[in-house]
Order: sequence, then structure tokens, then C-alpha cells
Amino acid sequence: MEFASEKKREILSSIARNDGHGEHSPYFDGWKAYDRNPFHPTQNPDGVIQLGLAENQLSFDLIEEWIKNNPTASICTPAGVGKFKDVANFQDYHGLTKFRQAVAKFMGRVRRGKATFDPNRVVMSGGATGASETLIFCLADPGDAFLVPSPYYPAFDRDIRWRTGVRLIPVPCNSSNNFQVTLAQMESAYTKAIEANINVKGVILTNPSNPLGTTLSKETLTSLLSFTFKKNLHMVCDEIYSATVFNSPAFTSISEVMQETECNPDLVHIIYSLSKDLGLPGFRVGIIYSYNDQVVNCARKMSSFGLVSSQSQHLLASMLSDEVFVEKFLEESSRRLAKRHSRFVEGLKHEGIHCLEGNAGLFFWMDLHHLLKEPTHDAEMELWRVIIKDVKLNVSPGSSFHCMEPGFFRVCFANMDDHTVEVALKRIKELVSKGNGSGDAKKHGRKRNLSLNFTSRKCDESLMSPHQRMSPHSPVPQSPLVRART
Amino acid sequence: MRSLLSGKATCNSHGQDSSYFLGWQEYEKNPYDQTRNPQGIIQMGLAENQLSFDLLESWLSKNPDVAGFKRNGESIFRELALFQDYHGLPEFKKALVQFMEEIRGNKVSFDPDKIVLTAGATSANETLIFCLAEAGDAILIPTPYYPGFDRDLKWRTGAEIVPIHCTSSNGFKITACALQQAYQEARNRNLKVKGVLVTNPSNPLGTTMTRPELDLLMDFIVEKQIHLVSDEIYSGTVFSSPNYTSIMEVLSKYEKAEVLDRVHVVYSLSKDLGLPGFRVGAIYSNNDTIVAAATKMSSFGLVSSQTQYFLSALLSDKKFTKKYISENKKRLKNRHASLVSGLHNAGISCLESNAGLFCWVDMRHLLSSTTFEAEMELWKKIVYDVKLNISPGLSCHCSEPGWFRVCFANMTEETLKVAIRRIKAFVESTSRGPDKAISGQRCANVSSRKKPFSKWVFRLPFQDREAGER
Repeated sequence: MEFASEKKREILSSIARNDGHGEHSPYFDGWKAYDRNPFHPTQNPDGVIQLGLAENQLSFDLIEEWIKNNPTASICTPAGVGKFKDVANFQDYHGLTKFRQAVAKFMGRVRRGKATFDPNRVVMSGGATGASETLIFCLADPGDAFLVPSPYYPAFDRDIRWRTGVRLIPVPCNSSNNFQVTLAQMESAYTKAIEANINVKGVILTNPSNPLGTTLSKETLTSLLSFTFKKNLHMVCDEIYSATVFNSPAFTSISEVMQETECNPDLVHIIYSLSKDLGLPGFRVGIIYSYNDQVVNCARKMSSFGLVSSQSQHLLASMLSDEVFVEKFLEESSRRLAKRHSRFVEGLKHEGIHCLEGNAGLFFWMDLHHLLKEPTHDAEMELWRVIIKDVKLNVSPGSSFHCMEPGFFRVCFANMDDHTVEVALKRIKELVSKGNGSGDAKKHGRKRNLSLNFTSRKCDESLMSPHQRMSPHSPVPQSPLVRART
Repeated sequence: MRSLLSGKATCNSHGQDSSYFLGWQEYEKNPYDQTRNPQGIIQMGLAENQLSFDLLESWLSKNPDVAGFKRNGESIFRELALFQDYHGLPEFKKALVQFMEEIRGNKVSFDPDKIVLTAGATSANETLIFCLAEAGDAILIPTPYYPGFDRDLKWRTGAEIVPIHCTSSNGFKITACALQQAYQEARNRNLKVKGVLVTNPSNPLGTTMTRPELDLLMDFIVEKQIHLVSDEIYSGTVFSSPNYTSIMEVLSKYEKAEVLDRVHVVYSLSKDLGLPGFRVGAIYSNNDTIVAAATKMSSFGLVSSQTQYFLSALLSDKKFTKKYISENKKRLKNRHASLVSGLHNAGISCLESNAGLFCWVDMRHLLSSTTFEAEMELWKKIVYDVKLNISPGLSCHCSEPGWFRVCFANMTEETLKVAIRRIKAFVESTSRGPDKAISGQRCANVSSRKKPFSKWVFRLPFQDREAGER
């Protein structure tokens, strides 16, 4: 049996057989627990609450209302069907002109007019996932490396490395300065890599940061941009959360800093998407924006492998061109994110749990190191298992973000309703009181019951029933779309 | 001085410097329009199916729920907007496989759990090669083949294509000898052969593979222990006999054999439904490791949930799909007949075909010599003087000069008539005995026009035509 399955796997490529997809990371194990026992306020009030999904679910009503009021934006309505043929037929990898124009305008608006974007540099991709991979295919060869401040988004391991053969070198950041990456740290990591004969091609920054929920200061961005310029490295900025900034300091984009600092535009590239800012991950709208003509050209050709559906381009072109709507949406979305963030963070503070002061993103970086048995990653995983099994909250352990310091967890706050937030806070309160009690437990040498088995971290799809198989993007087995029968 | 960009960014493996695209550029500069630009270039290099949109539009007018992101009157917008599960919308996959079964006369069945959704067949083919081959491995492909394969299968994967040469002597069918020769050529080049990829129905030939050809292929991959990928993107465009035989039908005789793990089908809705803009492709495989790996890779190019939702409603309407499949075939058949008879009247014959959105046209008798240079010369005359953009056989890697792919489903009936008139006039002028001075001058003009081309590809990045059309 085993031999046959081994033979099966041999006929495949090494990429198909290796773990480069990264789905064995603990990041996804918590989802498995959620998957088996998802919280529902009435049907399953003791289920696991999903706090590991960075989705923006707070402002759908605004978008839905706009769609209802703008039937011509859809090619399926009587008002819009006149465009059906042209749109359905359109597969030009330049994308619909009005789509590119609308995206460029939107990006400029998000940056409060501090930078303007050329529609001719807007290149489509299959979500930011596709954008990241495509950009790396353009910039680097197998074996080349990019420096990336950690903690960082777990799926970069897949997006940047898997099929490209490119390496990621973490630049570890720590709590002593609120995890803000410094020039010194970057230079040190760069030097070490060069000494190890690694061909460093560039730096990847996520700003605002996932998982920290903070924005990079103008000074830091400037110094990092200068550094890349001096070393002739690419500067890749993933600005996917740019419109989720809900508190000061205001967002400073690399596009702004470029105007005020000496740099080589051929080395500067932005990754963007509508998945977080607008809350539309299902529509798969990724954008590569590069200041390098050759990269634009190449990425555009590669975009054939992941174009945005013309149906979605058409809808979003209309929506993003509506300046009144965009203005209202950005303001209101920010307000709701701020409110939700504040409720959660204040609630935790009340329990003696501190979070990194964040002003952006759909999550916050929670500090639980004082609840660890010892300052190790193993202890972090142990605590995490307790949080999932006993407290029934799926939060994401810092180690899955390659965080060097144990005890930190990313907690998402924008993918649930207000009631669920209260339930989550209540449970955290209970965790804290347990944690206070555990001091005694330790004294008496009592072992914590960790019966949830994580020895095999494989996210093994074959073990799950068809309706419970999940994907790293969106494990929503209870989504009516998954349960639906035709 | 190390290179700023990757090898992939600076090489030509995307294939877009090919002559295939020069014709498109000319068309873009001077596109035919019945009223506004009747002297413009008619686009016959675009394998699109524009004949049956009215059927889709009419379905939409009768199904308003779909337009409003509703199901049973309730809004599901939020769920759709959030849905990015790479397993795909279950109801869409179910409807899609049923549609695929219907196209195959319900002679085969597909399991929705074995299908992987991708952003078009472009992505499906690339993803499959990433799963099957290492950089430097070879895939054997019968010639002539779709020019886009050079990009889709080789560019980022690093795989190689080795041609299986097919000739007009037997209607370009695959022979055992050609297969063995291709395999040997790969070996001589020190390339490990990982599989064979065929397009059935064929692009650019417009023919369906015969059962003996399919059996031959199966024998070959069993013997060599390699994969077979059957790109069946045109399966719904088979408009006359012989009836279509999918590789899936042939597989049924292999029941529990190990070879089942090595046969994969690629599909898309771009040709059958004429919806290339929606980017709907699929990989179908019995090999669950491939399905698992390809599913993860599909993250790089998922199908928009909005589109999945619309299509699940459309394709679940069995009354509609039955009517559509049959009416679409009828229209393709008529249009094909118009082109074939029009060419026949001009003394031009085509390969006898029963599928696809194009004809494989024999213009060998119009060549000044049996060379590819003469083919390019003829092609340029057709683009610049006759003002028709057709695709030269060389761009499809045909081993015999003088063949051209001419599309017929991407224009109105009137435009087709205009095109046929122009071809007839051209042939007549040629047979009248061309004024050598004039034709020589034309050639000189044409070849001087050729020089700036390679600059165009880089200087006019925003006028590059999408190379997805087949």
C-alpha cells in the first residue's frame, strides 16, 4: 500500500511532492479545531471562535447597498446586460482600462493624495498571493534571497518560495522596541547573508504589518529605502492593508517616501489587493505596481496565469470610480475598525493582557508571555493548545509567523459580529483566571491536560470529510455556499 | 555586474516576439469595422466563440436572482465576497462536471472532487506541468500546436517541449513512428520525458482525434511510464461527425490500472461558452496527489467567486445547457461551412475538420517556394495587402510550410463574407500573373516594415495584445 503510494508520488515533480506549500504550519492546525467545532451564537455557543482569519467583515452593508443602487455595474442585471458580451469576451492582460484607472485612483486616494498612480503601471494578478509570486518570478532566480522582517505573514513561505525556488531570510524583530524593524537589524541580516554567499536580491516589507497591526514610520521607511538603494536591492512593499489604518500615525506609503529620498525607481515595487481594504477576497483582485518598466512588461505577460475575472473588473471599476462612495466607505470602514479594535483591546487590558499598540490591520498582536511556563516556543505551543482546546479560541501563535520571541499571538477582530467579540472576551477572562491558578498547579507539579493531539501537524485533507476540507484562505465549512445543494 | 531582474524576465520564453503577434499588432492599429473602417484589417487570428452570446443574455434576463447575488430571494453577497476556498464552490464544480459529461454525450462521468479550478486553461496547463515535471524535463507535443504552449508550459516551469512531427501526408494524425522519433530526440538531447500533451479537438487543426490515435497514445504512455495530458478545451465545439471521443472514454477500458494516475484532462469555458474574460479553467485527474498539489497551487489563480456563482446557476439549468450545446454547434457548423465553401471558390482547400473555431487552410500552392521564408512572405501580403490577420503555420510549429489557421467564429456573417471576397480577389490577382515589380516593391515595403517590430514589442507595452487567445 505504502509502496504504491510512494510510486504514485515519484512520478510527480519535486515541487508537487515537497512541503513548500507550507500547509503543515501550526497556523492551520487551529483552523482544523475550528473546522470540527465552529462557534455559532445559537446553534453551537460552546464552539471554537475563529480569531485566526484576517478578514474584513465590518463593512459589507456599504458595498451591498452600492451594488443594489448601481445595477449597471453588474453584467447580469437587465440594466447591465448590454455589456455582457464585451466584458465576457475581454481577456486582454492589460485589463479593462477603466479598471486600471479606477484602481490607480483608489490607491492614490488611500494615500490621501500624497502619491499618484499611473494606470499603465497597474498589473493584475490572482490576488496578492498571485502578485507576490509573480513579482518574485520577475525579480529573482532560484537560489536568490529576500530579506523579510519577522514576524511575517506565514504564507510568504509559499508565495515567495514554493515554485520560484527563491529563499526568505528573516530579519528578527523583538519587543524591546515594539517589533519595529531597524536599519541596524536589516544591515546585520544582509551582511550575514552576503558572508554566507547568499545572493540577496531585495527586501520585502509588509506595511501596515501583518501580524503586528502597525504602520512603519516615515523615518524607518526612508532609511530602509536608502539602504536598498545603496546596496542595489529591490524594495518590495506589500501594502495590502493600506486602507485599514484606523488610528494615527497616518499611513506612509513607499510611493510617498520615494519622492523625498534618493532612490532608483527601477528597484521599487508595490503589492496590493482589494481583499482586505474592501473585504472582497473572493473576487481575487491582486495588483502589482512597479516603477520598473521591464517588470511591468514581464509581470503583465505573466498575469495571463492569474487574470482578474472581467466580470469582477467591470464591477469594481464602477465601484472604485464612484468617488463619493469611496470617500464614505474609507471613512466608515476606518471608524468601524477603530471601534472594534478598541473594544477588544480595552477588554483585554482589563484582564491584564497587553497588546502591541496597533493602528492598522484586521488584528492585534497580543502579549501572553507572562502566561508561559517558560520562555520557549514549546511553552508557547502548549499555551496555544490550551487556548484552542479549553478556551476555544483559534488565535495564531507567534511561532507560525516566525517570531523569535515566544508568547505572542495574533488575534483577528474584524471577521465576527459584536456578540461574538463579547463571548471571546469572556472566555479570555476565564483563561486569565486559569492562568493565575496555574501558578499553584505548577507548584504542585500537576500536569496540564493536553489531550488535543498535535504530534502530527499535517493538515491532512484526506482525513476530513468533503464538506470539512478546508483551504488556508478560507476555512469556512459552515458557509452556506459550502453546504449548498443545487 | 549581476542582473537586476530574473532570467525569466529577460528571456524570450514568453514567446511574444513571435510573428503570431505581429499580425495582431497590425490589426490593433487598423481594425476592420463595417461602417467606420471598412478597409481595415479583419481579425481572423483570434479563436473566440462569439456566435452564441444572445443565448447567454437571454438566460440572464430570465434569471434575475443571479444578478442580485441572491439565492432563493436571500442575499448571499457576503458569503460570496468572502469565499476564497481553493476547493471551489461545490455547486459550481458539480455543475461544471455535469456540463463536461453532457458534452461527452454522458458516455463518461466526472467526480467533482477530482476537479481543480484554475484561472483559465492557461493556468491549468502551467500548474499541471509544475506538478509533473522538473525544470529541464521534456513534454512531447504533436505539431502543429497552439503557440501559447511555449509560454504556458515552458516559461516559468523551465520545462522543454519536444515536437511530435505530424504531416499532411495522413491529415496530420499522430503515428507510432512520430511518437518514437520524438521520444528519441528528447533522449538525444539528454532530456527526461515526463509526458505527452495533446489538444483534442486540435488547435489549430480543428479535428478530433480518432480512436486508433487515442489507443496509440495510451499504449505509448503505458510503455514509457509517462503522463498524458489531454487539453479538451474545444470539446464542446464538435459540430459534425466523427463524434467526439474524449480520453476519458478510452480510460474506461483501463479500469484499475496504474496508468489511470497518469492521465489528466484540462478544460475551460473560454471556447465552448465563449467566456474567456471570466478565466474559468480546470484540471481533472484521478491522481489524488496531483489533485491535492494542483489545488494548493490554484491559490495563485483562483476563479472569482462572483463568476463561480453565476456559472453554477447557468450550468445547473439543464434545459439551458442542452439547448445551448446543440444550438452553438449548429451555428459553428454553418459558419465553418461558409468559410470552407468560400475558400473553395477561391481555389483554396482546408483540412477536413469537424470541430474548433477555425480551419486549417492549405495555401501551399500560393507559395513562391516550399520554404518558411515564402510562407512568411505570403503571410505578410495577406496581413498588409489583403488585410486579413490569419496565423501562419510556422507560429504553430508546423513542420510543413504553407498552412494557415483561419478563425471563423469571432466575427459577424457579413464580415466573414467580406474576408472571403478579399481572399478570392487576392488569389485571382495572383493567378493573373503578378506584376513582379509591384509585388517586389510590396515585399520590400513589407520587409522594411518588419524591422521596427522587435522594438514595438518593448516600446509599445500597452498595445501588446493578450496572448491568451487560441
